[in-house]
Amino acid sequence: MSNAKQTFLNGIIKENPTFGLVLGMCPTLATTTSAINGMSMGLATMFVLVCSNVVISLLKNLIPDKVRIPAFIVVIATFVTLVQLLMQAYVPAIYATLGLFIPLIVVNCIVLGRAEAFAAKNNVGLSAIDGIGMGLGFTLSLTVIGAVRELLGTGCIFGGRLFSDDYGMLIFVLAPGAFIALAFVMALVQKLQKK
Amino acid sequence: MAKLESSLKNMLLSLTCITLIAAGALAGIYTLTIDRINAQKAAAEQEARLSVLAGCEEGTPVMVETDGFGGKMKVMFGFAPDGTVLGYKVLEHSETPGLGDKSVWWFQDEAKPAQNIVGRVANGTFSVSKDGGDVDAITAATISSRAFLKAANEAYFTFRGEEDAHTGASQMVKEEEEIEETIIIDEKEAQDE
Repeated sequence: MSNAKQTFLNGIIKENPTFGLVLGMCPTLATTTSAINGMSMGLATMFVLVCSNVVISLLKNLIPDKVRIPAFIVVIATFVTLVQLLMQAYVPAIYATLGLFIPLIVVNCIVLGRAEAFAAKNNVGLSAIDGIGMGLGFTLSLTVIGAVRELLGTGCIFGGRLFSDDYGMLIFVLAPGAFIALAFVMALVQKLQKK
Repeated sequence: MAKLESSLKNMLLSLTCITLIAAGALAGIYTLTIDRINAQKAAAEQEARLSVLAGCEEGTPVMVETDGFGGKMKVMFGFAPDGTVLGYKVLEHSETPGLGDKSVWWFQDEAKPAQNIVGRVANGTFSVSKDGGDVDAITAATISSRAFLKAANEAYFTFRGEEDAHTGASQMVKEEEEIEETIIIDEKEAQDE
């Protein structure tokens, strides 16, 4: 039981995908223009992460080592497409906001990374927990970076205005701001963890 | 169960099976969802048609597709018989999140007349202020803004084309419009100063 708890917390704190493992930087930098965008991307990734971890952990003995990467990618891409189709059909409102990001999940190396480093070596239950933990960790860090960029760039958080747009530093919404915000938030997290 | 050895036969078998199952699952879900997806799209279009007309019974909804910054942009515009833009709705787009995707509301923000095109009388010459026009572009998304206004102009010409076929009276209306447009510009300049 403590093993499950440890696996779960591992993804959120110690091996946080963004601040600990530094994986999945492409979606991290590209989609965190606002807190809600970051959070949506995180949640969608979490869903795919849990599904692919479960399936890959079930199939791990049927996949020969030398073809594991293509096999994993096929599994992940299948889930991403499934999510895309199901969302379009049943929750079109959410798809309208998230739709842009969904295909990006395939190239998110955190999903492949967990398949390779965890699901391929552990049982189904633990793999699912790892998926949830990692997914939550990813969602949290993307939301924080998104919130920082949204606040400094536009003066809003989750769309709620804190100060006027005129004082926003547009660079934080643009690509360079993504790198700057990521670096400072990461430095802060590292400092807090060291204590 | 022991792990399968990486022999050619095993690799071929395993990959083939996985891709077959994946393809089968996707095909299945696609067939199950395609009707619903199309129905949702049709419903969204119907709703857009009603919303862009803003209650004006004589208005005409016009749908246009144009190339945006990130891909195709599908917008529906509503025009009153005199060419006034009643409203618009972006149905599909792939503009940059946080920048170009603001076009969804930017050009119908009633609080900011310099960027709002709703209520203006269209004459097919909307352009961003950077290009000498009188519509403020989305901050840091000039290309998306240009694409959007191009869509608006195309929609207007489509709308006029239809009107011509029906009434043949558009020429007269057009002259009136140009006068009104000048007045609007004058007012705007007065405000700026």
